[in-house]
Amino acid sequence: MQIFFNTILVGLSSGAIYALMSLAIVLVWRSTRVVNFAAAGQAILSTYIGYEAMTRMHNYWLSLPVAILAGALISALVEAIIMRPLAKRTKGTPVESIAPVIATLGVLGGIRSLAGLIWGNTFLQYTSPLSSKGYMIGHTTIPFSPQNAAIVVGAAVVLLLFAALFKFTRLGLALRAASFQPEISRLSGVRVDRVRTIGWAFAGAAGAVAGALVTPTTYLSPNSLDLLLVSGFVAAVIGGLESLIGAVVGGVVLGVGFAFILQYIGTSVTFSAAFIILIIVLLIRPQGIFGKGSSREA
Amino acid sequence: MTLIIEKLHVQHGAITAIDDLSFTINQGELVTIIGSNGAGKTTLLRALSGLLPVAGGRAEWKDKSILGERPEDLVRRGIVHVSEGKAVIPELSVAENLELGGIWRKDKRDIAAATAEVLELFPRLGERMKQGADTLSGGERQMLAIGRAMIARPELLLLDEPSLGLAPLIIDQIFAAVDALRHRLGLTVVLVEQNAMSALSIADRGIIINLGQLVISGTSADLLNDPALRSAYLGY
Repeated sequence: MQIFFNTILVGLSSGAIYALMSLAIVLVWRSTRVVNFAAAGQAILSTYIGYEAMTRMHNYWLSLPVAILAGALISALVEAIIMRPLAKRTKGTPVESIAPVIATLGVLGGIRSLAGLIWGNTFLQYTSPLSSKGYMIGHTTIPFSPQNAAIVVGAAVVLLLFAALFKFTRLGLALRAASFQPEISRLSGVRVDRVRTIGWAFAGAAGAVAGALVTPTTYLSPNSLDLLLVSGFVAAVIGGLESLIGAVVGGVVLGVGFAFILQYIGTSVTFSAAFIILIIVLLIRPQGIFGKGSSREA
Repeated sequence: MTLIIEKLHVQHGAITAIDDLSFTINQGELVTIIGSNGAGKTTLLRALSGLLPVAGGRAEWKDKSILGERPEDLVRRGIVHVSEGKAVIPELSVAENLELGGIWRKDKRDIAAATAEVLELFPRLGERMKQGADTLSGGERQMLAIGRAMIARPELLLLDEPSLGLAPLIIDQIFAAVDALRHRLGLTVVLVEQNAMSALSIADRGIIINLGQLVISGTSADLLNDPALRSAYLGY
């Protein structure tokens, strides 16, 4: 029984990180209908910037807002400088739907190389003052550390902030309207281009939170978040790509699922398990757990 | 003159959709643009609201050009387009669809007043504020689309086929509402319609277009009383 609960705790923490990355993918999908493979690249760059802030300020907590702002800014720039002009230039051509996806792969590679050039392909330590050692309950150590707690709380806060923003603010209404019906939104006075850039910025912020929270539990290198991209993407698909709640539930389901596979089957299969879960979900319920049954009306 | 269209030219690729079209509309007038499918009516409205690029000519609203402007900027200049096909966002609630109409406005008090006016005009929307717009009937959706436009406090309202796909009784209600709105608020209205009878019954003037060109324009009474026009363009 103890092992069972421990496994759930482990899964909850990694699931929270998957959920954040999944949010980053879903927010971009909702605003521009692009699958953003650059999400991991953007997150790694913002995490390096957070790392730089920490080495200067000697304070992990102060480095978090720096990383988050950097993540938002990087993502907004990627949208405004690369994705928007690309979408306009390829509109009506046969490559219209695939070109943006390929471009995000290009951005991912570009950012990774850039990070390698600046910081080297070595393992850096972006440390948090919170311990990564598990809490003690009685005489047993559980596999859930203060940093894991920060991860879960951080993910929950981000989700609640986004939920409130989307539900209760004008900007949230504009983001939703522009995602569903860009033309009607423009005719209603929504500056759709600007709103899309903001959607990307929010996604970048979510990815930055993921990077800055998870890195203290491992290490920092130009490709240390690549696996997270896969998990975040699978979580987003499980959640139906459209729904913020779906993204988070997808992340937690995947995290807990992984933890059980790791505990009861073994390390070697976890990565392939992600793809097996992805394919099973796509075959049985391609719209995801939270997606609408049929495709939306035009 | 508040809306001046002169030698307007719009291309759809190689096809000329609007060809050398000129007309003017005075402040407070309701003018209906009549024509069959493919006559260029929708194209004309989309060009006027900034959704489509214009290949040539002039279009001015209150002495300033509206060509090359984006729809979201034209809304801020008082030009509001209710596009074809019950233009609501089905994924949002009725209340959110209405809120969207005033999303760019700062005067919250006037937004509330405008919303109250819309709900007074269309009480059925008031009963369904929390429902998703996808649960509305066709007529209610059209009311919501017009209601959303009114929250923006338009001066020039561009209406694209509000009668499309609606039952005759509902069409009468919608047209009566448009008629009431424009008299109460002094709106200038361009009403694109295939349902010529209903449109001319509330319009001051009608403009008949075919293949993107002006065929004839005149007062509603003149058009309704011209036997040749009746058989050729009004379909009875």
